[in-house]
Amino acid sequence: MKILFSLLVLLAGSPAAAQHAGHQSSPEETMASCPPEHAAMGHCTPALPEPPPQPAAPARQPTESCPPEHAAMGHCTPKETEPSTASPPAVALSGPENAADAVYGAGAMASARKAMLREHGDVPAHKLLIDRAEIRSRQGEDSYLVDTQAWYGGDIDKLWLKSEIEGGFNGGLDSAEVQALWSHAIGPWFDLQAGVRQDAGPGRDRTHFALGVQGLAPYWWETDAALFVSTKGEVTARLEAEHDARITQKLILQPRAEVGFSFQDTPELMAGAGITDASLGARLRYQIASTFSPYLGVEYERAFAGTARYRRLEGERAGGWNFLVGLRTWF
Amino acid sequence: MRDTMPLSRRGFVTGGAAILGLAGAFPAWARTGSQGLAAKGSGLVTGPNIDLSIAAAELAVNRRSGHAVTINGSIPGPLIRLKEGQEVRLRVSNHLHEDTSIHWHGLIVPFEMDGVPGVSFPGIKPHSTFEYRFPIRQSGTYWYHSHSGLQEQVGHYGPLIIDPEGADPVAYDREHVIVLSDWSFLHPHTIFTRLKQEGGFFNRQKLTLADRLGDKTDPMTPAERDMFARMRMDPTDISDVTEAAYTFLINGHSADENWTGLFTPGERVRLRIINAAAQTTFNFRIPGLPMTVVATDGNNVRPVEIDEFQIGNAETYDVIVRPGDQPCALVAEAIDRSGMGVATLAPRAGMRAAAPRLRERPTLGMKDMGMGNSSAHDHMATKTDGIDHAAMDHTAAPPPSHQPMRAPPPMQPAEDHGSMNMRDASRVDFPLGAGVDMIAPMPVDRTGDPGVGLEDVGHRVLTYKDLVSLEPRSDTRLPGRMIEIHLTGNMERFMWSLDGEQLSENPEPYRFARNERVRMRLINDTMMTHPMHLHGHFWELVNGHGDRQPLKHTVRVLPGGYVDLDLTADAPGDWAFHCHLLYHMHAGMMRIVKVRPLEGEPA
Ligand SMILES: [Cu+2]
Repeated sequence: MKILFSLLVLLAGSPAAAQHAGHQSSPEETMASCPPEHAAMGHCTPALPEPPPQPAAPARQPTESCPPEHAAMGHCTPKETEPSTASPPAVALSGPENAADAVYGAGAMASARKAMLREHGDVPAHKLLIDRAEIRSRQGEDSYLVDTQAWYGGDIDKLWLKSEIEGGFNGGLDSAEVQALWSHAIGPWFDLQAGVRQDAGPGRDRTHFALGVQGLAPYWWETDAALFVSTKGEVTARLEAEHDARITQKLILQPRAEVGFSFQDTPELMAGAGITDASLGARLRYQIASTFSPYLGVEYERAFAGTARYRRLEGERAGGWNFLVGLRTWF
Repeated sequence: MRDTMPLSRRGFVTGGAAILGLAGAFPAWARTGSQGLAAKGSGLVTGPNIDLSIAAAELAVNRRSGHAVTINGSIPGPLIRLKEGQEVRLRVSNHLHEDTSIHWHGLIVPFEMDGVPGVSFPGIKPHSTFEYRFPIRQSGTYWYHSHSGLQEQVGHYGPLIIDPEGADPVAYDREHVIVLSDWSFLHPHTIFTRLKQEGGFFNRQKLTLADRLGDKTDPMTPAERDMFARMRMDPTDISDVTEAAYTFLINGHSADENWTGLFTPGERVRLRIINAAAQTTFNFRIPGLPMTVVATDGNNVRPVEIDEFQIGNAETYDVIVRPGDQPCALVAEAIDRSGMGVATLAPRAGMRAAAPRLRERPTLGMKDMGMGNSSAHDHMATKTDGIDHAAMDHTAAPPPSHQPMRAPPPMQPAEDHGSMNMRDASRVDFPLGAGVDMIAPMPVDRTGDPGVGLEDVGHRVLTYKDLVSLEPRSDTRLPGRMIEIHLTGNMERFMWSLDGEQLSENPEPYRFARNERVRMRLINDTMMTHPMHLHGHFWELVNGHGDRQPLKHTVRVLPGGYVDLDLTADAPGDWAFHCHLLYHMHAGMMRIVKVRPLEGEPA
């Protein structure tokens, strides 16, 4: 293995020193060919004094580089005023716009340029998130809930699908909704979403126009606020918020709140005007893999005012605790 | 089209004692239908005519194999060794089913030989050959890599060394080329998609309640914690892609595979260290062995002895070491300290030094958020340049903007960061869209800082202020104008841009007159370190060393900081200018630089 380098090794012996000795023409050259490192090893003699010991001292000599920060501290004196920001001189705009066209042909370059622009930014991506797939147990009665979101698109515009399905294990489907939304980024953390929502379930068949804002609020709260106008003229709204509190890298406690509003009384949907219902819960999940987390949770849910009255008329309780076992996963 | 023969891999420059016979140890890879197993480490190619062959292969890392792209059958690709003053013809054959390209990183070449598809040439189509031809007008340590798709992530890179025409001012008895990289068994598109789905997906060192309540010392003050949470910024988001996806390689070998370079005790060994990683900034050190930095990005600097340095993607550093009779560990620790590449420098084959343990993951502070030096989380007191910054009143420093209309807001006392506008649109002359989550309110010159996480490691760490060019600069003119370029992004959406615009939006290029002397001020409005690279030119890094400011082709701009770079725009043509973090570039952090008039046109 020693011989591997035989061709490449530069021995710092006398021939090198002799070469250096023949270079004493200008101070710069001498400096260049006899760095302090060599001088220290006796390879050559520098004509100039050694530069200051390292690490290099900060600039105190006048220099055109004297950032305002340093000038303010008296580390250096700005010798010249710093250059000002200005547009490029006219000559910078001369000549052909694309330099390579003349070499490789405008056609070949045009298609390559198109591909190059496409590959640097706004690259489409996708996500399918099953945020809550859970069994909900309340006083021995079990139901299920599946809450899914999926999106596809670039950085600003996306197609966004949401669905929430609830049902009992013997009573069949309670309610189901699917939303298809166009999602448009309106700021660093929020998307404006508009589209349609279709509901299904006993007495619940409805189509709504949906308009909402979804995103990440300060302190890392995932929020979703939406207003719905059904084709029957009902106006409702919904507010959701959830937060991941990391206990360890893999154990995450997720508080979650949801509030529903109705702007009118809708007996068919058992919804009174005002706040219809709200839930507050916490899910403790464990990331078996980064995209696969089973969880346990509790949730308190209750209806208010008119909605609560409708429920009581049906012999239901206005509120109660749910115990949850579920799975959060995404692709 | 002619198929190039794989070149001889005898005379390994990278030593590679450990890897010979590996193929025999894992016969499964020799199965029929296999794309062939990539060799590890670089063979040597040299002379006026060089053939390079790009092909798919399998790379085995830690007994597992994954899809790779090789150059002449190896990862890294062959060491291209040239001589200053020669002409070179490089015939590159593409055996992939997709386009490829080679960019000669740091080489001063005519624009049409620079190798960026869509900018300098059309790219190299599948099953075709492209001939690069240019004169060699410089010397030093460089490298080359693909500029197509995400090929750089899967092995398309290699070292390129140019010997000087005259005597080398750096004396050494032996040299090793050290190519650092990051390898993943995940497809690069999967990595990118994960980052889009969840910006912090690969971070497995987030802040947790357990750490806070445990006996670990809390790195953050309550005010800082509040500020970061309010801003939706993760102070542990140091590296986008981490050990969760990566195995860090040195000369193609994982830490377990332990690449070994040999030396004879007493020799001056020159290490030519190249960061060829796609997305990893490394902290490089050799525990117990001081390093003397003698060159960076191919240019000689005054020797400076240090114990550690941070190396951004695409940067190169040459260091001289004089190891004794003991083996030493070469440690390339990822900036987020999720993992490290380890190799050995040994007097005899088979020896191995113990690798150090990973250090604590760094936590970002207010300075990284662009709030100046006034933070309670002040790293400045441990700076290596000897100035007691902590004792000085940095809160009075004006921001680097020199346009009177963009006057800074009155400075806030240190404890009142909360009232500072972290996204003040009046500070910049571009609209703040969804892709910009922050504008640093008080960016400072951080060329005297060693880099994220290295402020208090207890030994000497190189800073950009320690770099002093061996040669005085050739262009003594002062810059005639300055352009401010904001490095912008949105960590949550994984959007990256320059001046708020992604290259996909086809923004106005940066335009320079030929031979114009310009100052480029790069202002980092994000909380990540961006290694910025300009093709076809060298910048003079403004670090206060007068006419001996160092020349660099790639410069790390620290979070919340700015760097001034003086440029002589002496290379007519169109050039790429981008962040060298591959996924940042892919997300849009790139711009075209145009220098006019072209060759042969009237000025
Ligand atoms: Cu970047």
